[in-house]
Amino acid sequence: MQHTRKEVTLWSIALTVLLVYCLIPVIWIVSLSLKRPEDIGDGRFFPKSISFKNYDQVFSEGTFTAALRNSIGIALLATIISIVLAAMAAYAITRLEFSGKALILSGALAIAMFPPISIVGSLFDLWRRIGLFDTWLGLIIPYMTFTLPLAIYTLSAFFREIPWDLDKAAQVDRATPWQAFTKVMVPLAAPGVFTAAILVFIFAWNDFLFAIVLTSTDASRTVPAALAFFTGGSQFTDPTGAIAAAAVVVTVPIIIMVLVFQRRIVAGLTAGAVKG
Amino acid sequence: MAVETTGTVAARERDTPARRKKLSGRAREERRLGWLLCAPAVIAMLLVTGYPIVYAIILSLQRYDLRFPDDREWVGLGNYITVLGSSTWWEDFGNTVFLTVVSVAIELVLGMLIALVMHRAIFGRGPVRAAILIPYGIVTVVSAFAWRYAFDSGTGFVVKWFGLDTPPLTTRGGSFFVIILTEVWKTTPFIALLLLAGLALVPEELQRAAKVDGATAVQRFFKITLPLIMPSVLVAVLFRTLDAFRVFDSVFVMTRGANNTETVSILGYNTLINRVNLGLGSAISILIFICVILIAVAFVKGLGTSASPVSGGRR
Repeated sequence: MQHTRKEVTLWSIALTVLLVYCLIPVIWIVSLSLKRPEDIGDGRFFPKSISFKNYDQVFSEGTFTAALRNSIGIALLATIISIVLAAMAAYAITRLEFSGKALILSGALAIAMFPPISIVGSLFDLWRRIGLFDTWLGLIIPYMTFTLPLAIYTLSAFFREIPWDLDKAAQVDRATPWQAFTKVMVPLAAPGVFTAAILVFIFAWNDFLFAIVLTSTDASRTVPAALAFFTGGSQFTDPTGAIAAAAVVVTVPIIIMVLVFQRRIVAGLTAGAVKG
Repeated sequence: MAVETTGTVAARERDTPARRKKLSGRAREERRLGWLLCAPAVIAMLLVTGYPIVYAIILSLQRYDLRFPDDREWVGLGNYITVLGSSTWWEDFGNTVFLTVVSVAIELVLGMLIALVMHRAIFGRGPVRAAILIPYGIVTVVSAFAWRYAFDSGTGFVVKWFGLDTPPLTTRGGSFFVIILTEVWKTTPFIALLLLAGLALVPEELQRAAKVDGATAVQRFFKITLPLIMPSVLVAVLFRTLDAFRVFDSVFVMTRGANNTETVSILGYNTLINRVNLGLGSAISILIFICVILIAVAFVKGLGTSASPVSGGRR
């Protein structure tokens, strides 16, 4: 299709505006984190001179490295468990005929709308009693549960598109059932599974409410929660630079994921919503 | 799993005489497998949401303050009467409704604009999509800190650039402005992506036909595009409204409820965790839960009526 000069110009302007809109806070927090501690309050958008002192500070402090380890471990484990459970359910929902399917799907939808604030109090009380308070498992359980609906819907949407008969074809070609499963079905299902995993990971990585309610120490406090309670090395240091540096560190994995898997993420986000 | 099913299919086709009997046997087996595969997910969802919500209801009917654990006793609806009779709840409720309505309205209009622009993309589709996913993916607490530091009089550039007399985060209006800005920035891309997916389903011929008939761009949008993507709009608005109603992270980072910007979620958190009053806090939790159900029911009713004439032609 040919585009007039006017169209190209208008689109270029729109493109620039969109990019600036999306990137301004990110660029700002990066430049804040690179300012020298004495320049933090200078009110400039870009740093006068670049320094990595803030990064040195957050990484030399046990609190942040512990929080980072907790965040990575908890988010990964929650993602793996949630995806395994959701994949089994989504397979049953798309491939098998059984009553109660609609009930499961609407139940999952209801949980997707469920306000976490409504149960954090009871979870806090329960976890204190059964010893799950301030443990990894204490966060993995709610993360896994709250991401199950998203994972089930995304995976069902993807599984519906898979040509399942291909494994019959593979068996006709004398592949063993195991070969048919690993060489044919797994590669077909992988993109959907991967997409759902990214969305689940982003949820767990992002959560703040469960993290501040159900944890209290470095043993399980994740980065978002640690950030909110970060006070700086001593009472004399302003935590702004350190918080900015820590914020940049937790944003990097998200930006990498978004850049590498953008197509998948968009497909995953819209798959459930548009068809459902 | 896949292999197992085709195995039964093959077995069924081999012995045709007893086919009818096998079929019902197979149906039963399929049902069993179906429930078996769904069971772990269903049990997890029931245990982690169903059980705590019932527990929260029970707690909400008791006087239960962790500072005075011995005082624990049944008080019936007493906690609800206390909450609903306090001006704090109603003020916070008003704040929450205000934040929800304003931010969702702005997000919808802005998201629609972005979706329409992206739908007509000429080049650079990839970079725009990647950029637009950054606000969606970024940790809410991080984006809240970024905006807070931007507007803070000590560290930010906004006060200096615009020569503001009073730092925004010290006043009620200013705080609301920054909170809404943070919410809008973070979630508009999500709405835009959902609407963009809806736009992809609008047949191009309809647009062209309307153009030939002399319809203006505005007429075409309101008479053709909007009715056709209404289901997408309602889904996006429903999810965002429920999400906005429980707004917590941004408010916590910006003001922690200071300057009279407290929302119901912050009130619930403060009562439950800071004042460890589980009885009263649970009553607030349950009231929020009821609000969310009411919002969802209202939307589903709206979704049902508005979707039917459209989906009749398409699905």
